[in-house]
This record gives sequence, structure tokens and C-alpha cells, in this order.
Amino acid sequence: MLEVRELSKRFGGIRAVDSASLDINEGEIVALLGPNGAGKTTLFAAIAGFVRPDAGSVRLIGSDITGLPPHVICARGLVRTFQIVQPFGALTVRENIAVGAHLHHASRRQALTRAEEVAEQVGLAPRLDQPAATLTVAGRKRLELARALATDPKLLLLDEVMAGLNPTEVSEIVPVIQAIRGSGVTILLIEHVMQAVVSLAERAYVLNNGRIIASGTTAEVASDPQVIEAYLGHGAAARVQSRLEARHAP
Amino acid sequence: MMVNFSLLLPAVLNGVTTGAIYALIALGLTLIYGVLHIINFAHGSLLMLALYAAFFLYTLAGIDPYVAVLILVPAFFVLGYGLQRFVIQPTSHGRDENILLVTLGLAIIIDNLALWLWTSTTRTIDTSYAFEVIDLGFAFIPLPKIIAFFGALAFAALLWALITFTDLGRAIRAVARERDGARLVGIRVEHVYAMTFGIGTAAVAAAACFLLPTFYVTPQVGYAFVLVAFTTVVLGGMGSFVGALSAGLLLGIVESLGGLYLGESLGQLGIFVIFILILLFRPMGLFGARA
Amino acid sequence: MTAKIAGAVLLALLFCVPFAVQSEFWLSFWLLVLMYAFLGQSWNVLGGYGGQFSFGHALFFGIGAFGTAILQVRHGVNAYAAGAIAIALGAIVGGAVGLLVFRYRLRGAYFALVTLAFAEVARILISSFDYTGSGFGMLVPLARGVANFQFEDRRVFYVIAWVLVVIGALVAWWLENSRFGARLMAVRENEDAAQALGIDLIRTKVCAITLSGAMAATVGVFYVQNFLFVDSHLAFGPAMSIEALLVSIIGGMGTMFGPLFGAVVLHALGEAAKQITGNAPGLNLAFYGLLLILALRFLPNGITGLLSRHPARRSPESTHA
Repeated sequence: MLEVRELSKRFGGIRAVDSASLDINEGEIVALLGPNGAGKTTLFAAIAGFVRPDAGSVRLIGSDITGLPPHVICARGLVRTFQIVQPFGALTVRENIAVGAHLHHASRRQALTRAEEVAEQVGLAPRLDQPAATLTVAGRKRLELARALATDPKLLLLDEVMAGLNPTEVSEIVPVIQAIRGSGVTILLIEHVMQAVVSLAERAYVLNNGRIIASGTTAEVASDPQVIEAYLGHGAAARVQSRLEARHAP
Repeated sequence: MMVNFSLLLPAVLNGVTTGAIYALIALGLTLIYGVLHIINFAHGSLLMLALYAAFFLYTLAGIDPYVAVLILVPAFFVLGYGLQRFVIQPTSHGRDENILLVTLGLAIIIDNLALWLWTSTTRTIDTSYAFEVIDLGFAFIPLPKIIAFFGALAFAALLWALITFTDLGRAIRAVARERDGARLVGIRVEHVYAMTFGIGTAAVAAAACFLLPTFYVTPQVGYAFVLVAFTTVVLGGMGSFVGALSAGLLLGIVESLGGLYLGESLGQLGIFVIFILILLFRPMGLFGARA
Repeated sequence: MTAKIAGAVLLALLFCVPFAVQSEFWLSFWLLVLMYAFLGQSWNVLGGYGGQFSFGHALFFGIGAFGTAILQVRHGVNAYAAGAIAIALGAIVGGAVGLLVFRYRLRGAYFALVTLAFAEVARILISSFDYTGSGFGMLVPLARGVANFQFEDRRVFYVIAWVLVVIGALVAWWLENSRFGARLMAVRENEDAAQALGIDLIRTKVCAITLSGAMAATVGVFYVQNFLFVDSHLAFGPAMSIEALLVSIIGGMGTMFGPLFGAVVLHALGEAAKQITGNAPGLNLAFYGLLLILALRFLPNGITGLLSRHPARRSPESTHA
């Protein structure tokens, strides 16, 4: 479904993304992990057309989308959400979601109807007539998701839809995402909430300093020493390992 | 076209002296932009007000414009401080578009009050030194223009020293760079904003005093200058001190040469065309680095 | 909703003016109010619904006014054809300015200043050539008759202006209930999010400025037919640009009847101030400036905000740098 090959993006002297490659198959939920500043959001932005990659290619369902503008990529079926939520503050929740729905519905009435359906799906139905600016953080995250969903995407790129949510809110949104996949949408997500990653994603890629340093099933990746080092600092893997061994020693 | 040096050199010199005034006006604007990140549309109107103040100080009290600097600079500093603190800040609700509109509103009020109070009559002052010229060997240049040139540069140097060496300057730079951080270390950001606006307005008052002996004042003069000042600031790179200075000199020359070769009316065109082209193709300014 | 009912009632009342008012002065007064209401609506399409604040809307007004005047005076084109061509020119210039300015991502204050500079360039150019009246303006010869779009009875112009305002309100209604309008408002609220959801930013903004340019040019054409005269300072000068944004902001940006409310209130108050101060030049404009600041301070959603029950149509968060 999505093939990213050797994608690179530099800002000044910093290699934000350094020849990263990844593959997503249809119907999967794949996680993109990595410590803060690893380049995850930049990689998303480069895939979705918000920044122009310096090198490499992105293919969506077999066709090259490298460097296309975001609205064209969206029309091809790939839509991203933003880590820092970007609501259309003065518009109501219904109007916000309808903006996404208008991608495939020229009629206002159809778009508004579609918005209601999507709101139902993500649990925003009671807030349809509220201005988006008055939503809580959890509400805004759902709205971000709903607007993207309303474009009827084939591939959804979710950038930390659970950051800033409390455990109850996280446990509420996990089944929503599972249901979205169930409806035939492939998902690539950036997430820090490990509990959510483990319960959602089958596979994961780990990015550190712009490079993919590990990939595999979520369980494999979580126990990869390189990944532990990237998250916890140099030498951490050895310390974790020795502590585990000490615990298992007779 | 034949280049006639006996015409060209005086035009360039004339441009440089006007340019120094443009630079001083633009310095005020660019300082306000650099720190508050707002575009002060009332900048030209404040210049017009200062020109009238200098005019009346001369005609009513007999105070020479060059002496009036000492009165008008502090007076306009206070005016600028008050405008930012009590009008612009509370009215804008923190929205950038609103700030632009508030300063537009101020410009409309100042321009039209001036029209009402002083009518659209063009006013000039007659000083004893107005027609004295200095012979530079290759060109003659009016004495007031020379004074304006060095006066403007001296005031610019003073501004630079203020920003670079004083505690206030350090606070201003801190706020410009990292507003929230500055607030955390105890800098009163609103106060610094108003001080900056005051200093920017004071620069305009100084420019007016240097300008008046070789210029005129009407209520419309502010509007003419505000676009020139914006062009200077944009050309030099928003918020850049050295940029504004160089761009001011450059624009003075462009205008003077444009007037020489294209006539007064079309000569003005050059400035606006430069403005549009710069905004479109090099929004970081001629001297700024690509973002 | 309340604001829309009030707007409709106001429109109905305004329709009655020429039949109720005998005085030539007040007929001209309300005629100008309607004209500025439609000019404000043209600004509102771009600024209120699209979030792109133009400081140089006089450019489009001037293109319309000089377009039709030049075609009639210099080329003997029929008034209707000249008007239609001038309106099309307004749209084309709007589109061209938009393509240039939006392609290079100018927005916020930069957009405002560059539109102002465009209007100034046009003013200087128009003042510089004999063909365009070289600063003295253009006089369309008096030739009363329906065929020349010149009417003996001023009430005909009044009704035309009223119809324009109705059309303006319909345009706003269309923006509030169409895909294009939804996209335009999305762009106003947040460009990144709009792009991510498949909206072509440049195309949307260029369409808005094209429509806005055509509307403002229409006012210019109307002005020339009504007064048979226009000069470059009046047409392209800052006063016209300020008028366009002022009535829209005071009335309520991004609302259907905002420009109409703004034009009525602004000019009623302005006229009152003129009467009280004995027509002192400049004082009524100073008063407008004061109203603008007061509106920004106390009425963030304009007069429409006073009338409607939902105060937060404009969010405090959607600030752009």
C-alpha cells in the first residue's frame, strides 16, 4: 500500500530524516516509534507532502506521490492528522468534519450527513453543534481523527492521537481506531502511549536520529536492545539486561 | 541613455541624504516589528504629527527644529509608550490582524484630525540656513541636508548603542527572541513592548526634526511615508537594524534617480514596484538569509 | 439567526426609501450607503470568509470605474458592454494579483501591504497618462437614456444598488452553504489542516479574490454610471480601500449582512457627526477611525455579533503570524 524508499530530509545541517524506508500492507496497523526529536513528525510531513524530501521516493498503491502537494496526496487517499491539533476553531464540529467530507461530496447536504455519520463513529455525536474551539483536548483529538476519516482515506497517518489523554480516554479511543481499521482503512501511527501501541499495532518501525533502527512485530521491537538504548540512553540496554539476569539468577 | 555626471552625482548625493532620513524612520518601524512582531501602520501618521509639532514649535515659539529634537524625542517617546500600552495592546486581543487594523484606525484618526485642525495647506518653515550650500568640489549640497544626514546617522548609532549596551536593550532583545522565556525570568513584557514602541516613535520624532527644514508638511504626508518606510523595512529584512539602514540609503538613491530619469510621478512608482517584488521573491529582505 | 432576520427587515425598509423619501439629498445618501454595503460585501468575501485582509480593494473598484469610463470615452463602447468588460477586467486583475501573491505564500500583514502597494501602483500609472485622464479624471458625456445606462430618475440607480446588495447577500448565503464556502472558511481558520484535508489553498484563495475583484469592479462601474465622473485619487486612493474594510469589520466579518449593517451604522453616525460639527473636513473620517478601534476593542464580531446569540464565531485561537 505504502512504500517509502530511502527518504531523506535535512534542515540546515540536521538530518531530520536520513534515508528511511518502510512498507505498509493493506489492512495493517503499523506503529512508528522513536524518542522525541527522532524525526517521526518530519517523516510524516514528507510522506504527506508538507515538506519536500531531499531524496528518496514515496509510492502509494503503486503510484509515485513523492513531492506532490498535500491536497493532491489527500485526494489520492492518504490523509494525515496533526500532533498539535489544528481545529477550524470558529466552525462547529459538524462543519469541521464536513470540510473533510467535501473531498468526495460536492453537495453541502451530503457532506453534512456524512459528517454526522463520522461523528457517530468517533463518539463526537453529542458535540456536533459546538464550536470546535470549545472542545476539550480529548474532543479535539477525536475531531482531528474525524475530519481525516471524513475524506474516506485508504491510508490514515495518525500523529499522536493519544498524547495528552488520560487513561480512560485512551481506552475509549483504542476501539475507535480498531473499528476504523475494521472498515478497511490502513493505519500508520506515531504513538508514545506504549500500552496503546501494543494493543493496536501488529508491526512497528523505530526511528532514531532520522534513521530506522529497528522493525518487526511490536513485541520484537520493544525488546530490541538498540531500541531500549535509543529511548533510555547509552548503556541502558546492558543495565536492563543485567537487572533481568540478576532477577532470574538463583 | 547618456550618463551625465554633473546631474547624476548631485542626484545620488541628494538621494543619500533623503535615504538617511528614510533609514531613521524605518529603524523605528523595524524595531517595533522585530520586538512586537506587529506592523505599525500609524508610523507615517506619527511622523506627520511630529512634523507639525516641529513646525509649530518653530513658528509659534521660535524653537529651531534641530533644538526641538530635545523636546520632541522625549515627548513622542511618551506618546508611543501610551499608545501601545493603553490603545493597541488592549484593543488587539492578541490577534495579529487586529493589531494591523488598530494601527490603521490610529492612522485614520491622526491623519483626519490633522486635516480638520490644520487643513490641507502645505506648510514650510524659513530658516536662515535653508539656502546655504556646501561646495563639495564636484557638487553643491544644501547645508540642512548635510545636517539631516549626519543627524540621522548619529541618532541611528544612539539607538544601536541603546539596544546593545543598556539593560533596557538587553530586555528588549530578550523579549524579541523569546517572549515567554523573558516573562519567566521576570521581565515585564508589556512594559518592554510599550518601551519599544516608544523608542520607535521617538525615532520618528527625530527624523521629523531633521526633515522639516528641507521638506514640507501636510496631513497626507504620513501616508506617503508609511509605504516608503515599509518598503525600506522589507527590503532590509524585517527586524534587521543594518538592513534598514542600508535599504534606506538605497531607496533614497533609487527615488532620486527615478525622479531624475522618469519624472516625479513615475519616480515614486519605483519604490512600490520594489516593495512588491521584494515581498514576492525575497520576503526575508535583500540582506536577510533564506529562512 | 436573529441577525439574518434583522438584515432581511433592513433590506425591506431600504427598498421603501425612494418611495417614502422625497429629498434628493437623502436619496443620494442612502444610495451611497447601499453602494458601500456592496463594496464591503466584496471585501467580506475575501477578508471575512477567506481571512485575507486586503488594504487595497480600491484597486478593483478603480479597474471597474476606469475600465468602463475609458471604454466609453476613448473607444465609444456601449455603456452596458463597457460595464460588462470592466467587471470581467476586475475579475481578471483579481485573479492575476491572487495568483502572484498567493503562489508566493503572502498572507496576514504582508498580504495587506502588498495589496495596498498594488493599488498605489495603479493610482500612479493612471495619473501618468493622457489616455487614462492623467490625474484630472475621466468625464463620461451626459447622454440620458436607457440605452446609455444613464437614467434621469435617480430612483432607478437606487433600485439597481439595492438589487446589488441583495445579490451580495445571496453570494454570502451561498458561501455559507456550499463546498466552496466551506473550503474558503477552512482556509481562513487553518491553512495546514485545510491542505491536509485535500483543499487546494492557492486555487481556493484565487477564486475568492477573483469573485471579490469582480464585485468591487461592479461598484466602480455603478459609480461611473451614477456620477459620470471618476478620478484616480478617488478610485485608487486609500479612502476607498478603507471604506471597503471598515463597513465589513464594523458590521461583522464573515457574516451575511455584516457589510450592510456596517455601511448603514457607519454612514448614519458619520452623517450625524457631520451635521453636529458643521461639515468640518476630516472630522467624520477621524470618527470612522475611532469607530474602527472601538469595534475591535468591544465588538470583536461587529454589529452582527451584538444581534446574534452565538458570540464566538471567530475563535481566539485562530491567530496567524
